[in-house]
Amino acid sequence: MSQTPSKQTPGALAWARRKEAASRAWKQFRVQRSGLAGLIALGVIAALAILAPVLTDSDQLDVTKVDGPSLGAPSGDYLLGTDENGRSVLLLTWWGARVSLTVGLSAALLSVVIGTVIGVLSAHFGGWVSAVLMRFTDFFLVLPSLVLAIALSTVLDRGLFTIILAIGLTSWPSTARLVRAQTLSVEARPYIERARALGGGHTHVITKHVLPSVLPLVFANTTLAVASAIIAESTLSFLGLGDPTQVTWGSMLKSAASNGAVTTGAWWYLLPPGLGIVAVVLAFTLCGRALETVLNPRLRGER
Amino acid sequence: MTDLLTPGEQTEPPASTGRRSSSGTLRFVLGKLGGAVISVAFVAALGFLLFRVLPGDPVLTMTRGRPTTPEALAELRLRFGLDDPLWKQFLDYVGGLFRGDFGTSYAYSRPVGEMILERVGPTLLLVGTGTVLAVILGMWIGIRGAWEHGSRFDRTTTSLALTLWSVPTFWLGLLLLMVTGNLFPSGGMVDPSTPKEFLPQLLDIGHHLVLPCITFVAVVYAQYQLVMRSSLLEEMGADYLNTARAKGMREDMVRRKHAVPNAMLPAITLVFLHLGLVVQGAITVETVFSWPGLGLLLYEALSYPDLPLLQGVFTVLAGSVVAMNVVADLLYRVFDPRVRAV
Repeated sequence: MSQTPSKQTPGALAWARRKEAASRAWKQFRVQRSGLAGLIALGVIAALAILAPVLTDSDQLDVTKVDGPSLGAPSGDYLLGTDENGRSVLLLTWWGARVSLTVGLSAALLSVVIGTVIGVLSAHFGGWVSAVLMRFTDFFLVLPSLVLAIALSTVLDRGLFTIILAIGLTSWPSTARLVRAQTLSVEARPYIERARALGGGHTHVITKHVLPSVLPLVFANTTLAVASAIIAESTLSFLGLGDPTQVTWGSMLKSAASNGAVTTGAWWYLLPPGLGIVAVVLAFTLCGRALETVLNPRLRGER
Repeated sequence: MTDLLTPGEQTEPPASTGRRSSSGTLRFVLGKLGGAVISVAFVAALGFLLFRVLPGDPVLTMTRGRPTTPEALAELRLRFGLDDPLWKQFLDYVGGLFRGDFGTSYAYSRPVGEMILERVGPTLLLVGTGTVLAVILGMWIGIRGAWEHGSRFDRTTTSLALTLWSVPTFWLGLLLLMVTGNLFPSGGMVDPSTPKEFLPQLLDIGHHLVLPCITFVAVVYAQYQLVMRSSLLEEMGADYLNTARAKGMREDMVRRKHAVPNAMLPAITLVFLHLGLVVQGAITVETVFSWPGLGLLLYEALSYPDLPLLQGVFTVLAGSVVAMNVVADLLYRVFDPRVRAV
């Protein structure tokens, strides 16, 4: 056991190798201009969202404490105008980013976890487990997810948690297919057979061998999933299924539409939340596509 | 969205080796139909489960935020048969479905089936026109983009598709409404003051259709373009294209007669797999433009909330998407000799 010059433990060795792989991936990611632009945009938006309580005064979001004009046009006091209650649209958009990002990230995480578990289990165990799980996945893959999400969020109590649940529970099937395909190709390799022959059980094979090689792809997939989760969140909020106590980009657009912003031409109320959604979704999509080119062996060399 | 950007896994591998035989085809068709029946049954069961089992009390959900008396609640429970044991409710529900009976709307006191039926036409009009336009536009851009891979046209259209892909449908609709002002009607399908003759009605419907249709196409075409582009790119290096060129075929003939037909097949499957997105587009576009279709009916049902109506629309929308996918599976076998005869 002294082939390794620095006498590392197997764990440390594995980590060193992973670190090396990560830095190689970063090198490949770095040269993709659009992906890098997406990453920078995300960094800026996330920093702004996190720092919102420090940089701004949340009192200005309270309808009872503001005194701006109703649907006022942009001015020196209100750079992006005001909403129907006299609140600053700039501030609303800024704070809306927090909820939209939180919901998008948690819903994507939930969906990816479900998809990964189902994908890995169905590929690892094969046989009837695989048959049943894939039938189940195909069924949900075909089902229009927004319709199901609408149904779920109507029957459950309104709230952020319901929205996260509704999106997460309806958007996992594509992840499951992807993870299943990747797991199958990993498990066909000889080192898995070796691990099995040496007495590695299901848990050992899955956690030590399958997951580490599937997770990079899952990570790229998560980035794309956040983008669609944010769109889904805004759509559900626009349909009035969001948490009525929270300001999100979707709920802002809903109140803009129902308070005559369209007919009176209050562009300052309609544009900022929508542009926020487009910016964040585009940034996540660009990042995700770049990550995919780096991490998905199927796509290498394309595009 | 995620599956759009990672195409590939979905197409089924060609059936295992075996001679082409009519009994094999029959078995295939029967198998698919059997699967379809199971899936539709799944949809129906899911509909029941969602609306009767999940919420603590459907009657409380429906009357949320409205003043009620215990007597009124008890009366409602009786009307929807909620006091019966669950298995009896389920049997009643399934029996009703077979007779085309989706129950009675809570908000409108009308049969749900009847309400759904009168909304099918407008939705088909909007979605049909929109899908045809989106497919033509998307395929054309996708084919040209892939053929001139890396050109300015390719780069511009791909970024445009990705950007439009990131735009929420309803927001685009609202913007269009605001920008066009009074140029187009802001909602509905026909103005009540339009004369009842055929031509004025047709023109008025067309006038009302413009904005919803543009919104729908703008959001949906990107998937056709990206799928067609990546599918054609995979064919680009193929040997048979060089063979065709070596025969002296002109470049655009090579594209039209050889590359595109082969690239079309995966594109068709993916397009059918993304029918859910079309439904999604219909819901938001109809809501923004008050287009009196199934999507708007769904919105009306959820904002009340009218659970029997919601359940009916859910079952119809989900069921038809599932059914369309089976049709796609069958068509795929007709179109692609490779699947049929390997």
